[in-house]
Amino acid sequence: MSSLEIKNLHVSTGDKEIVKGVSLTINAGEIHAVMGPNGAGKSTMAKAVAGHPDYVITGGDVLIDGKSILEQESDERAREGIFLAFQYPSEIPGVSIANFLRAALQARMAEGEEIDASAYYKRLYQKMDMLKIDRKFTSRSVNEGFSGGEKKRSEILQMAMLEPKFALMDETDSGLDIDALRIVSDGVNQLRGPDLGILLITHYQRLLSYIVPDHVHVMIDGRIVKSGDKSLALELESRGYDWVKDELATA
Amino acid sequence: MQETTDTLETTIENPVSGIDQSSGNFKYDMTYDFDAGTGLNERTVDYISSVKKEAPWIREFRQNALKTFESRPLPTHWASKDLETINFDKIRYYLSQGLKPKRTWDEVPADIKQTFERLGIPEQERKFLAGVEAQFDSEAAYSNIKEAVAKQGVIFMNSTEGLREHPEIFRKFFGKVIPTGDNKFSALNSAVFSGGSFIYVPPGVKVSHPLQAYFRINAENFGQFERTLIICDEGSELTYMEGCTAPKFSTATLHSAVVELVALKGAKIQYITVQNWSSNVFNLVTKRGLAHEESEIKWIDCNIGSRLTMKYPGVVLRGRKARGEVISIALANDGQHQDTGAKMVHAADETTSTVVSKSISVGQGRATYRGVVHIPKNLKGCKNNTECDALLINTNSRTDTYPAITVRGDHHAVQHEASVSKVSAEQIFYMQQRGLTEGQAMSLSVNGFINDLARQFPMEYSVELKRLIDLEMEGSVG
Repeated sequence: MSSLEIKNLHVSTGDKEIVKGVSLTINAGEIHAVMGPNGAGKSTMAKAVAGHPDYVITGGDVLIDGKSILEQESDERAREGIFLAFQYPSEIPGVSIANFLRAALQARMAEGEEIDASAYYKRLYQKMDMLKIDRKFTSRSVNEGFSGGEKKRSEILQMAMLEPKFALMDETDSGLDIDALRIVSDGVNQLRGPDLGILLITHYQRLLSYIVPDHVHVMIDGRIVKSGDKSLALELESRGYDWVKDELATA
Repeated sequence: MQETTDTLETTIENPVSGIDQSSGNFKYDMTYDFDAGTGLNERTVDYISSVKKEAPWIREFRQNALKTFESRPLPTHWASKDLETINFDKIRYYLSQGLKPKRTWDEVPADIKQTFERLGIPEQERKFLAGVEAQFDSEAAYSNIKEAVAKQGVIFMNSTEGLREHPEIFRKFFGKVIPTGDNKFSALNSAVFSGGSFIYVPPGVKVSHPLQAYFRINAENFGQFERTLIICDEGSELTYMEGCTAPKFSTATLHSAVVELVALKGAKIQYITVQNWSSNVFNLVTKRGLAHEESEIKWIDCNIGSRLTMKYPGVVLRGRKARGEVISIALANDGQHQDTGAKMVHAADETTSTVVSKSISVGQGRATYRGVVHIPKNLKGCKNNTECDALLINTNSRTDTYPAITVRGDHHAVQHEASVSKVSAEQIFYMQQRGLTEGQAMSLSVNGFINDLARQFPMEYSVELKRLIDLEMEGSVG
């Protein structure tokens, strides 16, 4: 069984330390939710794990199945099985979703191997049907002119096609109305399974009533300050983050 | 005629220039039967004319052109000062192994044949071309037209042969679209031109497959000056493609062609260039078409490589309802300057012109767009649409746009749009996060940027263009 291990991770951007020693292990098949107020360092942690060049890891380690990935470029980490669902996915003008995914899958093949186009489209359409995405969608340029909901659905489709071992989902619920939220959550639930570990970053408990996590962690000021099961999310919802902060202060 | 000298280097100072032209970066040591020596004067011109056994009028034409060339200053008051580094005394103006091109590849000398095989020309000919001419330094080594096309009366040969065998057509159109004195480099070409294609398509003949010419520079310190003249008679149609490469030398190489097109009433000419010059080539080319009534001339111009390219394909819209179009893609990598654009001269009512230019600047690369659109006061119902888009990859690169639109009179529709966009670090990270390498990510961005234009190309050429971009972008990752 695969595991993604984040060990005492410290991350800085510029001169500022944002993540101040986070440890977290995600096993395949598990969903971990990380909750916390704005600026707690949740997204920074996810981007650093994915290898974003602006986020410098100053201490600790990230390991897949016991092997450190810190020496790897972001694309190597991706091919190793890390997928980051972006909060704000970039536009790629002129490149269709179909061609983008094809290039991403091609990049995973050995030199000289060529993707089988008809098998690829068959699989793509299968995943789109599963996620209830209109087929016309794939001929549109990646994220160009997409609504908030379309961008997130495109991220889920990419995740479905690339079949990562670990998905880091950064505020997947932000900017979604209730219908879009349901569609995206349904998608994630379809992809959920014994071979996939998910790290779900969110402000709100709302998402967690659609995607039920196995573990919930509260992150404040660059540290995980409290962990529990799904009931912790409900408690946070009713009592707010101040409750955890107060508890921390008295401890 | 001896062994191969591969000039591919193992250590590459500039990662871009070392890798990008790898497919064309090889040369053979040749013995030339005809060599005009180094430098340019009246004797050089006489030598070329004598070797070709030319008629007195053409010899005189060349000598006059030489005087024009010598009397003109370099256009550095508006163009790059880099032109001053060309040493015209150090260049060899004519090198050939003989003047008669072979009709089958088997007759072509082994090393020349091998050159073109490495560039994939015979294979393309078999696959999708109606005829091929392969020029090696100053003269065509191979020239062939499929029998079915020749039977329709289509003439396809190099300019040396054209002058000799069809002087009545050649002389009528030659130098009329681009006069000797058009600019310093058209004068230079007129003095020392050699090779290039001569094509005549008879009335009503629609050539179903493209004719192709390939221009290969093999020698160091060499100047290639091909001269192409294409005449499409009334109602005929032609697609012509040209490709070019040269090995990477430490010294500058000069390529200065003149291309003249004439589309008679109702004719259609599509002229496609995919150049992939190595980074030492000065590519200073004059291209212009003359469009008669209801005819159409379309230039598709892809400029990859070279040290400096100056090229502004143009159309003179002389007949009513004539149409002109320039589609230009330029990729300026580290150490390269692509100075490209278009000229549209409206000279009749209801004429239409379209210019779409897309440039990509990478690293220290510089892309410049220069456009001229001229619509005089006495005309009615003319239309021009110009669109210039620039893509910058990293902050050191530079792009400039110099559109000059002169429109007189009230009954015209003119549109000009320009945009500059950047490939951001965030966009590259997004693509890398999906598993693409940095080079693949940049290449995909560039291909996306030109996608709407590349789709208009014949399939084989859009595939070739994509391959060249992939090579360039792979090489540009530091």
